[in-house]
Amino acid sequence: MKRKDIAVLLDEPACAYNKRSKSGCAKPKPGATAGGCAFDGAQIALLPIADVAHIVHGPIACAGSSWDNRGTRSSGARLFRIGMTTDLTEQDVIMGRGEKRLFHSIKQAVKDHQPAAVFVYNTCVPALIGDDIAAVCKEAEARWGTPVVPVDAAGFYGTKNLGNRIAGETMVRCVCGTREPDPLPEAASAGGIEVHDVCLIGEYNIAGELWHVLPLLDELGLRVLCALSGDARYREVQTMHRSQANMMVCSKAMINVARKLKEAFGTPWFEGSFYGVGDVSQALRDFARVIGDSDLAARTEALIEREEARIDLGLRPWRERLSGKKALLYTGGVKSWSVIAALQDLGMEVVATGTKKSTEEDKARIRELMGQDAVMIEDGNPRALLKIVRDNNVDVLIAGGRNMYTALKARIPFLDINQEREFGYAGYVGMLELARQLVLTIDSPVWDAVRRPAPWAQMRPSVPGGHTMMPTGVDTPAEVAQGDVGRG
Amino acid sequence: MSDVAEIIKRHKALSVSPLKASQTLGAALAFLGFRGAIPMLHGSQGCTAFGKVFFVRHFREPIPLQTTAMDQVTTIMGSEDSVIEGLRTLCEKHAPLLIGLPTTALSETQGSDVDMAVKEFRKQHPTFAAVPVVPVSAPDFSGCLETGFAKALEAIISTLVPSAASAGTVPGRRRRQVNVLVGSSLTPGDLEELKELIEQFGLRPVLLPDLSDSLDGHLGVDQFSPLTIGGAEVSELQTLGDARATLVIGASLHAAADLLHELTGVPDYRLDHLMGLEAVDGLMLALHEISGEAVPERIERQRAQLHDAMLDCHFMLGMSRFALAGDPDLIHAFSEFLHGVGAEVVVAVSPVNAPVFARSGLAEIKIGDLEDLERSARERGVDLLVTNSHGVEPARRLGRPLVRAGFPQYDLLGGYQKTWVGYRGSRQTLFDLANLLLELGKGEIHPYRSIYAQKPEYQEAVNHESAEAFAAGVPRQ
Repeated sequence: MKRKDIAVLLDEPACAYNKRSKSGCAKPKPGATAGGCAFDGAQIALLPIADVAHIVHGPIACAGSSWDNRGTRSSGARLFRIGMTTDLTEQDVIMGRGEKRLFHSIKQAVKDHQPAAVFVYNTCVPALIGDDIAAVCKEAEARWGTPVVPVDAAGFYGTKNLGNRIAGETMVRCVCGTREPDPLPEAASAGGIEVHDVCLIGEYNIAGELWHVLPLLDELGLRVLCALSGDARYREVQTMHRSQANMMVCSKAMINVARKLKEAFGTPWFEGSFYGVGDVSQALRDFARVIGDSDLAARTEALIEREEARIDLGLRPWRERLSGKKALLYTGGVKSWSVIAALQDLGMEVVATGTKKSTEEDKARIRELMGQDAVMIEDGNPRALLKIVRDNNVDVLIAGGRNMYTALKARIPFLDINQEREFGYAGYVGMLELARQLVLTIDSPVWDAVRRPAPWAQMRPSVPGGHTMMPTGVDTPAEVAQGDVGRG
Repeated sequence: MSDVAEIIKRHKALSVSPLKASQTLGAALAFLGFRGAIPMLHGSQGCTAFGKVFFVRHFREPIPLQTTAMDQVTTIMGSEDSVIEGLRTLCEKHAPLLIGLPTTALSETQGSDVDMAVKEFRKQHPTFAAVPVVPVSAPDFSGCLETGFAKALEAIISTLVPSAASAGTVPGRRRRQVNVLVGSSLTPGDLEELKELIEQFGLRPVLLPDLSDSLDGHLGVDQFSPLTIGGAEVSELQTLGDARATLVIGASLHAAADLLHELTGVPDYRLDHLMGLEAVDGLMLALHEISGEAVPERIERQRAQLHDAMLDCHFMLGMSRFALAGDPDLIHAFSEFLHGVGAEVVVAVSPVNAPVFARSGLAEIKIGDLEDLERSARERGVDLLVTNSHGVEPARRLGRPLVRAGFPQYDLLGGYQKTWVGYRGSRQTLFDLANLLLELGKGEIHPYRSIYAQKPEYQEAVNHESAEAFAAGVPRQ
């Protein structure tokens, strides 16, 4: 990928960071950088497309360390769970056989798995030695008759965030608009309501949580042409250009997709979240608003009223147990405010939140929710986090899996909120799971158990030969000798 | 935890999928923990044959077990002669170091006077005066395996441990010796771990009985032995009064412990079980006090490892729902262990009531069978079952995994060697349970198929099989 192309991707007019000097896409600093590379970001963004053969072109570490992402779920196709890599060898690199190996790899994937498409992810080594993966993909597509899409996001191009954008850009450029949506199924249009086509961008169906939301959208007559990329299929991505309204879910990572779809096809978009009762309702309202269908708006309000009443009842017992508990939230971007609202719904107090990846707009919303004095954590190094926990008597740390062991080692209850988690929190129903998981860890007896000193710790130093609880024996040397004879 | 457990008594005529293993077998098992021993059940030959198979399948070892072989005539006319003849035969043929003589429901119903029979045996056969014979009343119409085991140990102490006054023993004279009375809920693997822990404090454990030396499943030098090939030394019983202290593991052994204390004056430390942080801390504290030694660093490390495992596993074990069935000490151990990590015991079934239940923290204990376990588990919803191998079918019907514990375990290997106790055993148990829960995929959200979806396989899935094949990644032809 050319430097100027990367620069264009980094210049994202729709992103609030673009105006700020402190960019989320800042150059990584040697010796002080955490987080994934562009390849990581591209792969994570597209891997949930379930019926695609995802081939990582590179030596083993790129795919070997990252394949079989378990967080995202598919309702059918499972091809994405099969790891595929060209596993380049030293000879491939020296002799320049990488392209040939890739070509045969694509053939093998197509023959063995009949994928809907093949995605080829470039990595550092082939990018460095100059493998022309675009040419190979083109040739392979012509030869085998299956779409082959090159995703040129080698690790050294930049951060994970850049990789997300490259992935999104690739979808918009190569896949969106290559097929018209299926006609509506007869049964579905029989209800008499007008069905609108929408897309969700940046929704990864972590732990299947999209399935908490989809039934609501079905009921409202919102056909999700494609969720990019949770539980998606290639042929769904192809139809994204026909969407009437796009929702950017919980992430700035693929904001370029929303913007470009608007530029190319005029699709209006909005940013929203499915975490927390208020945000779910807001997202549903926004769909109705953006689409501009008054009947839809009325039905949406009715549904919201019904669902909110139901979940309010369901959450009641949990609220009793969570009321007044203090949480420290450390997560990036939109989640920092959307989860705050969810926690406040549960009667919890959020003492501080991470804002490392939040925009100014995010921060404004945080102040709205938490008050002007909201503690915002820019630098989330483990020590700083633990200090805030201690200073504020925090009951639970809510953060990404990476921070889980920081919390556990410091004997602090923890809830995983990021993509590797096993539980889905989205939608109205997801709040029940969130509440349950919070109570599970906060009320667990293990915390007291591991914080208590060992019962003998207070008794030290013990006197050798001391007998605190028993009558002393007669310790004459002769008797000792007799007494200590082992059995034969 | 609630205050006192509600005991739900047996209210049906029929016991279906019985949980109880007989008291007679428990008594026999205690004797199998002494070297050169053989238990002889005073009953019909079937009492022994069934018992033998029961233990052979559990331990996968030859089991020395004899019978007084009561028949129609002796059952009616008096079976004392059979006891005498049986004792003589055993002594003549095998020269055992200990003969255990548990009664059965048959001999108890008959009213057989075993003590008198033993007296008569002594009178008639003075040549065998040196062979210890320990009669124990253990009819299977009361109690369960655990109570029989405890009764046998009590009988062994009462018959063979001399009082301090008569033998001149002095508590603490053997400065390093610790008597350890261990209940039937501990496996040979548990006992090995326990011994190792005690030894790390520079103490010398004398386990009574010691199944880890007899039924630990080792290939010995001798090809065949009609007697137990290992276990506690009978001669050691003479020295118990000189020990520094006695550890008692299992509430079922309190009567035996009272007796030993009364006879010898050796102070004792009583622990209900050794599963989980608090329980093992209790053991460490006791060993620290007995030995005067600091808790060894190696053990402190194991404790810290258990801490870490508790945290890692609490996400899975927290609010998980368990159904337990087994003898009282085992139920009590598991329920305390599980409570300690936030798991919930929603069903507890025991074959008998026991004093330990008064402090178990369980809301309710059903005195019953595995049918009761299955019904309650289905009614209340559980994630995991913990019981013996007879739980396989109930678990299958419930569609839940089974963790095998207690007696008998015949369908898998190595149950007798599993180590549940100590910091290490507790840690491994946490991992095992958490992994089973993970495999259940409890957090999984059921896939929802949108009525509008453009997903090709939704249409194909009409043919269920092809959908399955597709889902498994099998190439379409």
